[in-house]
Order: sequence, then C-alpha cells, then structure tokens
Amino acid sequence: MTDLTHLRDDFPILSREVNGHPLVYLDSAATTQKPVQVLDAVDHYYRTMNANVHRGAHALSVEATDAYEGARARVASFINAGSPNEVVFTRGTTSALNIIAYGYGLNVLKPGDKVLLTIMEHHSNIVPWQLIARHTGVELVYLDLTEDYEVDLSQLDRILDDAVKIITVSGMSNVTGTLGPVTQLVAAAKSVGAIVVVDGAQLVPHYPTDVEALGADFLVFSGHKMLGPTGIGVMWGKAERLEELEPTEGGGEMISDVQLYESRWAAVPQKFEAGTPPIAQAIGLGAAVDYLEKIGMTAVREHEVDITGYALERLADVPELTVYGPSDPSRRGGAVSFELADIHAHDVATILDQYGIAVRAGHHCAKPLMRHLEVAATARASFYVYNTHDDVDRLVDALMEARKVFGLDG
Amino acid sequence: MADLKELYRQVILDHYRNPRRRGKLSGPHVHAEGLNPSCGDEFFLDIRVEDGAITDAAIEGQGCSISQASGSMMMDAIVGKTIDEVRGVSGQFKLMMGIDEGEDPLDHERPGAVLGDLEALQGVRKFPVRIKCADLPWTTLAEALERAEV
Ligand SMILES: Cc1ncc(COP(=O)(O)O)c(C=O)c1O
Repeated sequence: MTDLTHLRDDFPILSREVNGHPLVYLDSAATTQKPVQVLDAVDHYYRTMNANVHRGAHALSVEATDAYEGARARVASFINAGSPNEVVFTRGTTSALNIIAYGYGLNVLKPGDKVLLTIMEHHSNIVPWQLIARHTGVELVYLDLTEDYEVDLSQLDRILDDAVKIITVSGMSNVTGTLGPVTQLVAAAKSVGAIVVVDGAQLVPHYPTDVEALGADFLVFSGHKMLGPTGIGVMWGKAERLEELEPTEGGGEMISDVQLYESRWAAVPQKFEAGTPPIAQAIGLGAAVDYLEKIGMTAVREHEVDITGYALERLADVPELTVYGPSDPSRRGGAVSFELADIHAHDVATILDQYGIAVRAGHHCAKPLMRHLEVAATARASFYVYNTHDDVDRLVDALMEARKVFGLDG
Repeated sequence: MADLKELYRQVILDHYRNPRRRGKLSGPHVHAEGLNPSCGDEFFLDIRVEDGAITDAAIEGQGCSISQASGSMMMDAIVGKTIDEVRGVSGQFKLMMGIDEGEDPLDHERPGAVLGDLEALQGVRKFPVRIKCADLPWTTLAEALERAEV
C-alpha cells in the first residue's frame, strides 16, 4: 500500500471544518485542492515578477516570460511530449476540445464525414462536436458501454469506415471510472486514417501519461483537476496536427504579421494562444506538475488503486447500495458513483455534507451516460493523493446515518 | 443532527415515497414542465381549470425528496381550489420559504393550520441550496397558470 498521508500537511484547506466536522473532501474529480507549493508559486509570481509575457523588453516581462515558458516545458516533460511547442495552454479541457472541434470543422471536415465518440463522454466532449456537426454536416456515431461498464469494442468493426475522420474518447470516465480503450482506438484509427483525441481531464491527474506511448494525436486536460489553479488547461498535439489545425481565436500574440485584410499566424503554440494568456495559472500548473513528479505518478496511481479498492470493499457492506462502474480497482479510476436505496443523490449529498463530507451529486455533465445507466442522478465520491482509508470510513459511517434519516434499517 | 431531522420530516418522506396524483390527465388540460438543469430534477404538471378553479391535476417527473414531496403536497393544496385561492397558497408558500420577502405567514401555535403538510418544508430554509428544489413545483405551477390564461 502506498501511504501518502504525510502529504495532507501541504493542503491548508484539509484542516478546516465543515458543519462542525473535519472536512472529508471526496470531490476531486470536480476539482482538486491545492498544495502550498502551488499557492506559493502563484503568489510569488504576482508579488515579484508580474508583467505581460512576450511583450516588453523590461526585466519583469522577461522574468514572467521565462516562468511562463518554463511551465510549458515542465508540462511537456511531465507527459513526455516531443517538444514544449506541442503544449498549447488553454482555459481548460473544455476550451481545448472546442478548439479542436472548431479547428477541424473549419477546414478539414466535410458533409458525410463521421466523428466517433463513446457514450461515456463528458458533455464537453459531445456538445462541441454537435455544434460543428451543424456547420459541417458531419455525423456523430457512438460506441456503447458493456454491462461491465467497459467501452464496447465489439461494435467497432461495424461502425468503423473511411468516413470516420476523428475518434474522440475519454481516457477515464468521471462517472464510472471506466478507462477509455485508447490503445485499441488508436490502432483502429490508423486503419482508416482517422485522428484520435483523448480527453485526459481525469486520466492525466491520476495515471502516468506518456503521449508517445499513448499514440493519440491530441491529449487535453485541465490544471485544476491535478492540484493546479483554475483557468488553465493543456492541448497537447502532435506537431504536424497542430500545423494543420486552424486557429479559432484571433488577436494579439497569435500572429506573425497583420495586414488590413489578412494576416499570418505565429508559429505553434502561440498560434492558439490569442491575447494575454493565464500567466499565473500556467506557473501554478508548473508547480503542480513538479509536486506530482516528486510523489511520482506511479505512486499516485498505486495510491488510487488502493483507496478505490478499499472504498469498493467498504461500500459493498452498505445495504442497498449500488455502485456504477467496473469492480476491479486496477482497471478503473477513482471516481465512484453510487445510489443508496431510494434516497435521491441530492439528499445523500446534503446528509453527507452535514457530516463534513463533500461529494458530488447529479448527472456529472454526462447525461447520455446517465440515460444508458438508467439513473437520473448518482452520488459520486472521488479520490486524490490526500485521501485516506479514514476518509472512506467516515463516508461509510455517514451513509449508514443517511439510511437512518430516511427511516431505513442500519 | 437536529437540522437533518427538521429537513427530512416524516411527512416529507411519506409524500416522497407515496406521491399524490401521479400520472397524466386525459381530456382538456394545460401542461407545464419544470427543469432544474444544474441538478437534473424534473417536474411535469397537468392541471384542468374550469370556471376559475383547478378541478383536477396530475404530476410526473423525478428528483430529490424535497422537490418531489413539495409537488405531491402541492396537489393536496391546489386541487378543488379557485385560482385566487391557489395564488394565495403559492404566495404564502414563497413567504414561508423566504423566496419572497415578507412576514412569516404561519401560525406557529397551530402547526399545519395555514399550509397543511407544506409547513413541513420550513426546515429547508436552513439549507439554502435546496430551496430551489422545494420551489420547482411552484414555478412550474405559475407557468401552467400563465398558459391557462387565468
Ligand atoms: C472527463 C472530463 N472531461 C472534461 C471535463 C471538463 O473539464 P473543465 O471543466 O476543466 O474544462 C471534465 C471535468 O469536469 C471531465 O471530468
């Protein structure tokens, strides 16, 4: 078992109380808490070198630019990218997916082309494709889930043809914890000349990620789900893909020359970073990446498998509790969705909150998946490096209390 | 956990588990739908308005105990009432919940005297994020009344 308990001291928020109880934070799939190392990096930037990047010749601007570009290099090395130039800073996963959908929609996709998705996608990997489908006439096709909550690849042969231009899949579901079958989809994409986009919002924070080994064309993720600040995310793309992708936002920074009626784009990655970027947030993400590398992503994943396994085991003892997701912790992520008897997820979340326990309740921005599971809402406990078995025990105790509140036997 | 006991009173759980008038109306009626996109709660309402009164009603949908119980209690509170009476109940409900500002409409000496079972929803006031759950059926009712052009 990987014991990371000592890390808890780095997270100031974990020492606060909620409703008279020490906080148990089980909502890291929504956003993670931040260690002092990240808070300090952001603070240090604002206190000592705040300036716009890529603009001035003055000392502060040079320092800020170095720190910003330094963060890019650290993120690149964290995911084993070929070059920092393959790392584009965005507002987050959602904005990166929109850039890809619109960029390809503008000059590559044609009526009759298909985009292949899975029904477990987050709304941010569905709605942008629906929007460009309206403009381009492309068709969206979906892979289902099996009864074991795995992406059903048995339908792939039937669905896959030369019209499929883009395959886009979540690396890890934020609802069921299902791992996306990226390797298989990359192989399938090669056979028809499609590109592969991986939504790494849940994958990258929790799993050692090597874009070279992954084999996808794009990998996108959010800083705030991996100990970093909000407002910063990453669109990694293979160099040649970033070359062919049209920019979707124009403005300062993203040009090399501007004439009255046309302009030329700056080189990648600046081509996609119009306007003043989220500088402090990028620097904070750089610090988060350093923090995770110090723990080691293999240890992060081992800890997650351990705590997810413990949670699944303990939750199995709660009467009338149904978990929606794969049962083998080594084949899934640490987002655990469940339903408790006839108690609605919002009621579960309200009761847990009274015991200081933060979980998410609702459709988790994945309504097509919820329809497939035939549930309107689930409660979700999700774990990260600072969670302990003790947190799981407190969750289980409070779920037993919830049963009592609803007049069910202990 | 006194607040939790206040929130989930027995009568609320009873309405949640045994909702009144579940289904659809046949024959002439107006239909309205209330959705809470942030949490996914749905509330579907049919009402029949005849001679300035609600003569029949039915509800469908799904959601948390608070929204569903509030809808079920609303059935008891509006069927057989004139539109004016219904607007009065709705106004008192919104005052009780603190949705509208004004004097507490309840008579605390005589629990249930003013709003019947609906008074059990007072406990929701201590949980501000859940007030919109309790209100969902009532915003849906307002829309249905608008459609009925009464
Ligand atoms: C799987 C998945 N994809 C995409 C997103 C969207 O991320 P963001 O809101 O940071 O853009 C999330 C998080 O909400 C997610 O869990």
